[in-house]
Amino acid sequence: MAIAARDFRELKLDGMSRSFGTVNALKGVSLNVRRGEFIALLGPSGCGKSTALNCLAGLLTLSSGSIWLDTTRIDRLKPEERGFGMVFQNYALFPHMSVRKNIGFGLAMQGRPRTEIARKVDEALAIVRLGDQGEKLPGQLSGGQQQRVAIARAIVIEPPLVLMDEPLSNLDAKLRLEMRAEIRRIHELIGSATIYVTHDQEEALSLADRIVVMRDGVVRQVGTPEELYARPAHADVAEFMGYRNLIRSRVSGANVTVAGVDLQGTPVEGAPNGSAIVAIRPDDLRVRSNGALTATVESAQYHGSTFYCFGKAPDGTELYFCSSEKVGRGDTVRLSADPKHVLVYDGGGR
Amino acid sequence: MSVTAASERIPWRVRLALREVDGVTLLVLPAVIFVVALFVYPFLYGFVISFQPKAGDWLANYRKFFSEPFLYDTIFATLWLAIPATLINVLISIPVAMRVRLMRHRRILTTILVIPITLGTVLIAEGLLTYLGAQGWFNRTLISLGLVKTPVRLVHNYTGVMLSLIMSGFPFTFLLTLSYITGIDPSLEQAAATLGAKARARFVHILLPLLAQGLAINLCLSFVQTFSVFPSAVLLGAPAGDTRVISLAAYQAAYEQYDASMASAIAMIMGFIQLGVVILILAGRRFVYRGAAGGGKG
Repeated sequence: MAIAARDFRELKLDGMSRSFGTVNALKGVSLNVRRGEFIALLGPSGCGKSTALNCLAGLLTLSSGSIWLDTTRIDRLKPEERGFGMVFQNYALFPHMSVRKNIGFGLAMQGRPRTEIARKVDEALAIVRLGDQGEKLPGQLSGGQQQRVAIARAIVIEPPLVLMDEPLSNLDAKLRLEMRAEIRRIHELIGSATIYVTHDQEEALSLADRIVVMRDGVVRQVGTPEELYARPAHADVAEFMGYRNLIRSRVSGANVTVAGVDLQGTPVEGAPNGSAIVAIRPDDLRVRSNGALTATVESAQYHGSTFYCFGKAPDGTELYFCSSEKVGRGDTVRLSADPKHVLVYDGGGR
Repeated sequence: MSVTAASERIPWRVRLALREVDGVTLLVLPAVIFVVALFVYPFLYGFVISFQPKAGDWLANYRKFFSEPFLYDTIFATLWLAIPATLINVLISIPVAMRVRLMRHRRILTTILVIPITLGTVLIAEGLLTYLGAQGWFNRTLISLGLVKTPVRLVHNYTGVMLSLIMSGFPFTFLLTLSYITGIDPSLEQAAATLGAKARARFVHILLPLLAQGLAINLCLSFVQTFSVFPSAVLLGAPAGDTRVISLAAYQAAYEQYDASMASAIAMIMGFIQLGVVILILAGRRFVYRGAAGGGKG
């Protein structure tokens, strides 16, 4: 019998809130998660994403709101009564136990017979591809191997929900890419719901079925990676999705002005007349001979086929843009962006 | 030519540096001199004169000690105080330290608990004599409340010495245990909890094994401290009776019978018992995990 997540239909967070003293770290987060879904909680540090995860695990109690697993209310249960698997940022492997003992700990706590534990630990070791490392102590393993043990330990108890707290942040770039694929593979293999906390939008975009963008303890936007990438709902979500140019500008009628230049044809339905924020990805703001914007190059970085540049418009507006031709410091270039890829937000809030 | 000759002869500075000896190593010297002058030399001196008794052959002191119940019984009287006091101090320090590490105002409580260290055993003994004596407020309160008819005897006996050993020894064991417990990564216990371990199981399977190493050291230090109990055994105990400790026997030999050789022999016996117990405890460490108490990375 293979390791498979316990069955459930839906996990429901209803107005989940948590305050520390006078600080509200989490303000009324609501979310429905189906079995088999991979959810990424994305946001800058201090946005409440780790608090949300700890509340789900039961390591923090809620100030208000509730958590439901189908028809059972679970937010008053202790972590040991919830049966969720959790992968910690620093892995939190028990340093005095062998890899096998670490992985089998959850099963031993459930009082399973020894032969069953041995069989399931073997299966878990096979899933994370650590078959021959079972007798080692965690301290004898590399970072990536420790990470696999932490995952195996969390999934072997067949949890309905697996919680991961920035599990890749301690690995080097190459291993991170490798483990990313591995985590997605394991998720699909066991069929649990996974809630994955990260501050890396690339990680969230590549792993998740749905991304929950958080800021200051509230959910700013929930959507599929494609939706979030193409249509961020707020300027701060856009910033997180790689819209590096967030330019203060003015909207009047159907026209939006950036650095004194009218961006013709840009849809402005998102913003009323007055102050606005224009968001453009560096990849979409390109050097073109017929461009309406002018900028002086301050620095340029060579990234294979393109130069990523930083420059300033005549009025001092800072611009991040791309060039397929070589440009150098001090050059004056003309820039333009496809109106389809220019987003305009109401600037009142910022 | 001369270039090859020079490269073959490695300068002595480099050779020393390769063995991790450099100018900074000299800073060890004052400490070495200190230890030799104040510990090694007196110890060896005492060891030698313990084999030069006033009368009889070279082993006469040791033979005398182990043939007179009045003398060898002091070993048991001392162990009977030191072992329970050590165990009580170390065992109580665990739950207290576990609670204190979660407190926000940890420093205040730590300070309060550490005050007895600054008082010294004599002051504690004086205080206990006053408060717990037959005319002290403790007995007066009990009598006026009608709980007892005659004063409870809490000083000038075993209880008095034990109370004093706990009061003066506990702060040490507590501070040590606290530092060991706070060294254990709290996420380990959280991980155990998410894996279904209840508080008791978390203590038995996670905290205790990681703490065992520190507790062994703590037991050693606490035992050595309580085994050499002298002032409180004399002031608060019954020095002629059941708290006639081994250090008192050495004192009497040295300053009442003026037999320095016999006193040295008793001191040597005392030292070797302490050493024996410490070796026993440290040997027990081979059965427990001795690595770092945190995760590997992160």
